[in-house]
Parts: sequence; C-alpha cells; structure tokens
Amino acid sequence: MAVSTLPSASSRPKNPIQRLLGLSWPWRVTLGYLTIMLLLPVAALIAKASTETPAEFWRIATSPVALATYNVTFVTALIAALINAVFGVLIAWVLVRYEFPFKRIIDAAIDLPFALPTSVAGLTIATVYSDNGWIGSLLAPLGIKVAFTRLGVGVAMIFISLPFVVRTLQPVLHEMEKEVEEAAWSLGASQFQTFYRVVLPPLLPAILTGLALGFSRAVGEYGSVVIVASNIPFKDLIASVLIIQRLEQYDYSGATVIGTVLLGISLLILLAINLLQAWGRQYEL
Amino acid sequence: MSSSLAGKSFNPEISEPQAPTPARQKTWVKGVLIGIAIAYLSLVLFIPAFNVFVQAFKDGVGPFLGNLGEANFLHAAKLTFLIALIVVPINTIFGLCAAWVIARNQFRGRTFLISLLDVPFAVSPVVAGLMIVLLYGRNGWFGSWLEAGNIKIIFAMPAMVLASAFITLPFIAREVIPVLEEAGSDQEEAARTLGASDWQIFWRVTIPNIRWGLMYGVILTNARVMGEFGAVSVVSGNIAGKTQTLPLFVEEAYKQYATQSAFSAAVLLAFLAVVTLVLKEILERKTKIKDIE
Repeated sequence: MAVSTLPSASSRPKNPIQRLLGLSWPWRVTLGYLTIMLLLPVAALIAKASTETPAEFWRIATSPVALATYNVTFVTALIAALINAVFGVLIAWVLVRYEFPFKRIIDAAIDLPFALPTSVAGLTIATVYSDNGWIGSLLAPLGIKVAFTRLGVGVAMIFISLPFVVRTLQPVLHEMEKEVEEAAWSLGASQFQTFYRVVLPPLLPAILTGLALGFSRAVGEYGSVVIVASNIPFKDLIASVLIIQRLEQYDYSGATVIGTVLLGISLLILLAINLLQAWGRQYEL
Repeated sequence: MSSSLAGKSFNPEISEPQAPTPARQKTWVKGVLIGIAIAYLSLVLFIPAFNVFVQAFKDGVGPFLGNLGEANFLHAAKLTFLIALIVVPINTIFGLCAAWVIARNQFRGRTFLISLLDVPFAVSPVVAGLMIVLLYGRNGWFGSWLEAGNIKIIFAMPAMVLASAFITLPFIAREVIPVLEEAGSDQEEAARTLGASDWQIFWRVTIPNIRWGLMYGVILTNARVMGEFGAVSVVSGNIAGKTQTLPLFVEEAYKQYATQSAFSAAVLLAFLAVVTLVLKEILERKTKIKDIE
C-alpha cells in the first residue's frame, strides 16, 4: 500500500496504475525486485502464520520448548551484546586515541567476523574452546566447559557481533574534540569524572546503536551457534535451530509460528535502531 | 605527545595528593587499556582465526591438498562460485537502481523505503530460508504451479540463489547511496544539457563517480554470498555433491568427524575473508583520498 504511493510527484497522472507505468526504469527495477524478493516472502510467512487461530498461535509460540529457546536466544544475545558494548567502547577508544605497533592490522582485523563465513567461525570456536582446544584445555581444569554448552553459544554470539559497537563508535570518537576533555581536566575533574560526565554522554547514542545492531545480529545467528552448541532443548537450543528442527519434522506451522515471532522481534529491533540513529543525529554538528 | 598537553594546563592547587596528574595517570592507563583490548580481541577473535590456519596445515601441505582434491569438495567449490556469479550481478543492478531512486529523488515514504531495504539485515537467515520454503516449497504459495510445470526450486540451486540474493540485497545500495549523494547531480545535469542520453550519462558520469563505493559493495556482497550458511542450509537440502556449498561442506565434514577436510575448506573460506578485508581497506583508502581532493 505504502509502496504504491511512493512516487507522489505532482506532475504525474493521478491514477495509481498510470503512475506506476509512468515510472522510469530504476524505479521499476527497485519496486519490482523488492516486491518479489522481500515483500512476497514476508507476506507468505505472515499469511501462513495467520492460518492458525490466535489461540493456537499463542500455544505454539509459548510452548515450554519455545520459551526455553527464547531464553537462550535473547538472554544470551543480550549478554553477548552488553559484553561487546563494554569492550567495544574500550577497543574503539584505544584505536582512535592511542598509537601502538600493529594498530592498522588490528583495526582491519576487527571486520573479520563480517567477512568470515559463520560456519568457519563455529568450527574454529568449537575447536579452540573444546576440552582439548587451545583455550578450552586451560578452562577445563577449572570446571568450565564452553563448547557444546550455553557458554559456547555466548562466545559464538560475541564473535559475530564484535565489530558493531567498534565500527559505529569510531567515527563519532574521531569527530569529538579533545579540548572539551582537557577543559574538564583543567577544571579539576578526575579521569573517571571526565569520562563519565563529558566523554560518555555524546557517545551514548552510538553505543546503543551498536549494541542494538550487535544484539540483532546475535539473535538471528545460526551458522556458528549450530556448530558450537549441542542443540539440546532446554539447554542450549536457540530459536533459529528450533525452526530448522520443526521444518525437518515437516511441522510447517510450528516453524512458521516461531519464525513469525523471530521476524516480529527483528523488525522491532530495526525500528529501535532507526530511532536511535535519529537520536544520534542530534549530536552532529 | 597528547598527554603532555593535558598536564601543562593542570592546576596543582586543586589536585588532591592521591590523585596523580592526568599526564602521569594517562600513560599507565593507556598501557592497561591497550592490554585489555588486545587480550579481549585475542580471546574471541585472533586465536580462533589463527587456529583455522594451524589446524588446516597441522599434518603438512600434502593432506591439505589431498582434501581439496575430493569430488564433493570440488563440487561444493564450483557451486559456491556459480551462485556468486549469478547473485552478484543481479544484486548489483538492483543496488544501483535502488541507490539512484533513494539518492536522487525526494518523495513521500523515502525513509520507509530505506528502512525496507534494511530488513534483510535484521531478519535471521533461517527465517529468510523459511520464507522461501513457504513460497516455493511443495505446500507453498507457488508449490502446485511449480510442480505442474515440473520446476524444482526448493532443494535445488534456484532456491539457493534466491536465499543468497535475499541475504545480500541491501549491501550495494547501502554502499552506493552515500557516495551518490556526495557526488551530487551537477555533473549529470551538465552532461544532459550538453545533449548526452540517459545511458551515456550513466556510463560516462555516474559510474566513474561512484566506482569505488560500488566495488566495495560488490566485494562485500560476494563475500557474504560465498559465506552464507543459514539461509542456504534451510533451502538447499544439503546433499553432498549436489546442493552443497563450501560453508555447508565445512559443517557436514565437521559433523562426520572429518575435521581435517572441514578445516581445509575452512582455510579457503578464511583466505577469501582476508582477501575481502584487504580489498576493502584499499577501496576505503581510495574513497577517502577522493574525499580530501
């Protein structure tokens, strides 16, 4: 509906069909491709989900297995995103403000999780953090198991959402003027006070945007998690894997309901990100 | 260099005896912060990334090359390249059109269109795959038509192409929009007044202006298509030697305890990722240099 009313140039004929036919080629390709690739699939999902009665939909969406997967998916993703937010601020700070050897290479390597296929990430994390892996063997004597547990899901989610906070924060930090901090110091503020009262507030929108982007990516993550986790319900099964398990059992309604819940939450996060970015623009000069 | 600046302007009268001056405090804080950052990155990023290469060449280059000669591996590699060869041009055309529509036009719903473009970023790849199954699967919207026409989409290459195209839909438009906005439309209008056709303007004026941003988008799209796992695994059926791409091959080999051959394929994909990052770095520098000029 909204799409057909997009080109509202006043010179165009009033009839919406004539208006669509009068569009130039780029318009036609854009709207056509988006309809076939994006709107049609989403419509198919929602149509399939709406064949369920609301009561049945609710029953499947809140079944104990589903609730357990939401817990693993969303809570773990949130913890992963929060950890990345804290360390992301630190990494961005270090990369923007300090000079040290190999800085350029480290800076470029931050993007590796974007470029590395998720199955490769899962494979290597499962190996490194397994009981006889490089890091896992150091943790095993302490009684900490990472691979094939929820902790492993968390590590995989941290890996794939690592770049978001760093990359959203770097340009903002670059823009920020050091003089303000120096003014705060000269007025007797401690380093912590300067950070907390002067540096942090303008960075907050960018941090939250990065956090939301990382969270969104972690919630949708499948490839690395499916390899690192044991995929046992009520233990470390995530929602995406539950969808696949339902599909493999030809339970299309079950898969669709969980898929719709996941889609709805993803769209809400997208909305939140857009609002956060609009908020962040206030701070631009 | 920067720490001495802060130290000079510091008023000693206000300072408390315990608090060191920012200048002194900063040098040690700097060391500690860099240390924490590198330790964290090592734990979650560098060590796992390094591990891929070590595992792949653990027994030397011979077994590694042997794994690469496997029939299933070769087929997976071929299929991965073939899918990229189809998806990247299609998404390039769409990305250019969408970027032009958004950067060169002001219309009601423009923000909505930009948000719509971002949807594939937000959607879980598994949900993307599910949506394609619900459209083209046996019980899907077009299922009966496709069956009547004897066309196989799900569990075959067309669905894998659709899934990869969905996942990478926004990349090129996202990279080109800011470059196109930056370049402005003055040169295009000048060319038009001099009598150039739309096509000439596009090839001779627009494309040269946006070429680095466009290439950047193409490289990101290609990397993501070749590496996509979730969406493709839902729609492909994952049959070795038939509908298996390299990322699927990695998982399958790992599950069957063929760790060595999983890592051999993984190292190729990791190498691809490194090449992508290097090209990205080069292109970023080119766009930046252009900005300064």
